[in-house]
Amino acid sequence: MSTRTIQGQKNLQDIRTGSPDGIGGSPLRPDGTLKVKGEFAYSSDLWHEDMLWGMALRSPHPRANILSVDISEALKLPGVYAVLTHEDIPGTKFYGLEIQDQPALAIDKVRYHGEAIAIVAADHPETARRAVKKIKVEYEVLNPIVTEEQCLDPETYGYVHEPHEFKSHGHGNICHSQKLVHGGGVTDEIRALADVVVKGHYEVGMQDQAFLGPESGLAVPAEDGGMDLYVATQWLHVDRQQVAPVLGIPEEKLRLTLAGVGGAFGGREDLSMQIHACLLAQRTGKPVKIVYARDESFFGHVHRHPAKMYYEHGATRDGKLVYADARLVLDGGAYASASPAVVGNAASLGHGPYNIPNVRMEAIALYSNNPSCGAMRGFGAVQACFGYETQMDRLAAELGMDPVELRQLNAMSEGDPMPTGQVIDSPAPVARLLQIVKDRPLPPPLDLDNLDVRTLPGALSNTSHGEGIVRGVGYSVGIKNVGFSEGFDDYSTARVRLEVIGGEPVAMVHTAMAEVGQGGITVHAQIARTELGVEQVTIHPANTEVGSAGSTSASRQTYMTGGAVKYAAEAVKAALIEKGRRRYGWTQTDIILLGGKVISEAGGPLVSIVDLLGDEAIDLTREHHHRPTVPFDKETGQGFGHVQYTFCANRAVVDVDVELGLVKVVELTAAQDVGKALNPLSVVGQIQGGCTQALGLAVMEEIIVKDGKVRNASFTDYLIPTILDTPPIPVDILELPDPNAPYGLRGVGEAPTVSATPSIVAAIRQATGIALNRIPVRPEHLTGTL
Amino acid sequence: MRVTFTANGKPVEADDVWEGESLLYVLRERVGLPGSKNACEQGECGSCTVYLDGTPVCSCLVAAGQVQDREVRTVEGLDENGELGLVQQAFIDAGAVQCGFCTPGLLVQTDALLEQDAQPSDTDIREALSGNLCRCTGYEKIMDAVRLASARKCQKAGASE
Repeated sequence: MSTRTIQGQKNLQDIRTGSPDGIGGSPLRPDGTLKVKGEFAYSSDLWHEDMLWGMALRSPHPRANILSVDISEALKLPGVYAVLTHEDIPGTKFYGLEIQDQPALAIDKVRYHGEAIAIVAADHPETARRAVKKIKVEYEVLNPIVTEEQCLDPETYGYVHEPHEFKSHGHGNICHSQKLVHGGGVTDEIRALADVVVKGHYEVGMQDQAFLGPESGLAVPAEDGGMDLYVATQWLHVDRQQVAPVLGIPEEKLRLTLAGVGGAFGGREDLSMQIHACLLAQRTGKPVKIVYARDESFFGHVHRHPAKMYYEHGATRDGKLVYADARLVLDGGAYASASPAVVGNAASLGHGPYNIPNVRMEAIALYSNNPSCGAMRGFGAVQACFGYETQMDRLAAELGMDPVELRQLNAMSEGDPMPTGQVIDSPAPVARLLQIVKDRPLPPPLDLDNLDVRTLPGALSNTSHGEGIVRGVGYSVGIKNVGFSEGFDDYSTARVRLEVIGGEPVAMVHTAMAEVGQGGITVHAQIARTELGVEQVTIHPANTEVGSAGSTSASRQTYMTGGAVKYAAEAVKAALIEKGRRRYGWTQTDIILLGGKVISEAGGPLVSIVDLLGDEAIDLTREHHHRPTVPFDKETGQGFGHVQYTFCANRAVVDVDVELGLVKVVELTAAQDVGKALNPLSVVGQIQGGCTQALGLAVMEEIIVKDGKVRNASFTDYLIPTILDTPPIPVDILELPDPNAPYGLRGVGEAPTVSATPSIVAAIRQATGIALNRIPVRPEHLTGTL
Repeated sequence: MRVTFTANGKPVEADDVWEGESLLYVLRERVGLPGSKNACEQGECGSCTVYLDGTPVCSCLVAAGQVQDREVRTVEGLDENGELGLVQQAFIDAGAVQCGFCTPGLLVQTDALLEQDAQPSDTDIREALSGNLCRCTGYEKIMDAVRLASARKCQKAGASE
């Protein structure tokens, strides 16, 4: 069996569900049929009578002053309806997730390669493309500020945001920083307690989310002076909050509906085409559709922060960690995006799932003229994991210990404090997860007599018949938080309606949750079935008619919006039972809904839901707020900052062609505690998908940026794993319930993306003996030609 | 220009086609068949894969004018007499669909693979699908889906013998 589920000894409660399609089952996804028929309406598929196509002119320079913009030739082109610059913006000109520092269209200067300067609406995408080319921009090109040294010396190299500029917040080119001190910190006295010390510098390249569905949407001007926007996003309400002020209209006049989303992975947290399409629709009075081509997509969304990291670990001779020190420098690029929260994660999670009595940490995000970086799956925890897990392997080697045993010796568990002082108050089976992946049987060794060359590094290129191939095995474990942190109340709203349709009880679930492929809508239907004892559940389209569902990110949607659906359904259930009490005078306290009936657990069926409900519909809305957190102290990093923690362990087996520097991952095993698998099929799919993105970061994925310019904005040059690059991924699901979470569940999506990368690099290191302090590992790192 | 061709067994006609338009654009924007997807539009991702005269091609790399009088079959034409086709059903059942943007191309490519070889090995499957990128699944459930479709196809062939 490639997938196994291991249940915890303590189950929170026996969850009663009369339906195999309730929670814990794996019913088929409600959008699956449309998706396989090609009939599911993605944001790029939208069409409207009389629709125009929008397109942006983007800067070829990472840093320049704009001396003039001449749109006259573009406007003359037949079929062009509007050409707009920042001067045409009716409302506020800036937006941003955390700091409103980004102009909707460049004002007098550009700060990164690809920044939008002007936008065009035309009757055909080719007309729009030609019009964009006819816009004349005169630039004064400046030296881009791109290295850490340049960023930290603004007196010499300049400011990305000048101190006097709008929204500059007085920290020079540092967007955000977070320090942390735990125990005695790291001093000479503390260092003296260690028998063995390892120090290292590590680097992580800039990874792209590379979702397949390009940024796209359709803005339709409404008769009330407002706007209807159909868009692929991760958070409808925060889009509305940022777009409406730019259009100069009240939020309630901007109505958003989720269009089909072709993947997200953090890349749709920030706005892309939303404001531009709405501005053009507002100006022309016509519906405007924008669809990015792949190259524009690379410029149109933020990426994972590239990082330069210093780590130092001290341990006793028997392998107990004494102290850990780290400095993490994340390049946030031109605009803040989610950098402050990414820094908070990096600082608080950056020493891994280990008990370390003395800790020091500093994490900073720079402003630079490189592409903006923000949210990507793993969010600040990914880069650090490569650093601390590499350190664990080096420490084990130094001590002559088994790398898994060293990790287990120092692994945190329930009741242990994080370096932030927050005590982990639910299961943290770090050592056990490592043991599970270690105990998996290894794949058979390379059999040179029965080789299929397609399974070797180089695959279809027929580059080896087994010569020069060496195998290695590596392990890693990682930690990620679930939900928004540091005092943010990222609540979710759900509306549940129960009524009789065609003689059957039917539940309708309405939320603003962005279904981006993760299967949240499947889970919502499962929760409604379980709580209301019905089979038929319909999912209302996600829109801003209902309250916010927060973002589809931070592994939070099943926890937060799933929780809101549970509470709304429970409220509906309570209202229905109350109706029965009033009508029939029931006095039982053990009444539940199961199999379409209202049932007394001791006394049996009381009445059918259909008979009790009659013509009435019960329609209730509830919000789900997680337990409160607090911001980390700026200097010490102390504070109850995170809602929940999640852990994943991996084992990677690789074959390396040491002559050509090619790597084939042979197998990538994962073990993860998910609390409760509400939909095991989806949970496994999340873990396997997360592992594969981690594989990409380990051996191939990087946006190459030279002097601020992006060199590989295409799927020809930015490589993501194909099915040939991806190995079997056996998964072990551990179910140890978290008493604080709905159904005991634990967020799933990100932990494997955090943890899997270092296991692959460790395996390559074991195979080759090369240090490998930078990811992605490239052929030239392995052949010594760099 | 005007382009006439057969799409999923029906004659279609597109007027005012600009010479630079791809078959993908004509399918999606002019003849109401948006099922084929536009993820890279340079032949790297396979999301736009369709049959052209029975051979799977990236429709983004085919100029619209090249399909004059030819036969195109898209994901919208993979059904079997109005019911979900065997490959389509297997992708749903195996959990191979997440965001689904790669799915139309994978379905056509898998259909073509199983037409050639109803019982491909795992390595054969990986080779055949290596031109189709998926960012969500890690491909494991896609492997499961192809194996399932293969098994069902063989079972069906066995039953009808």
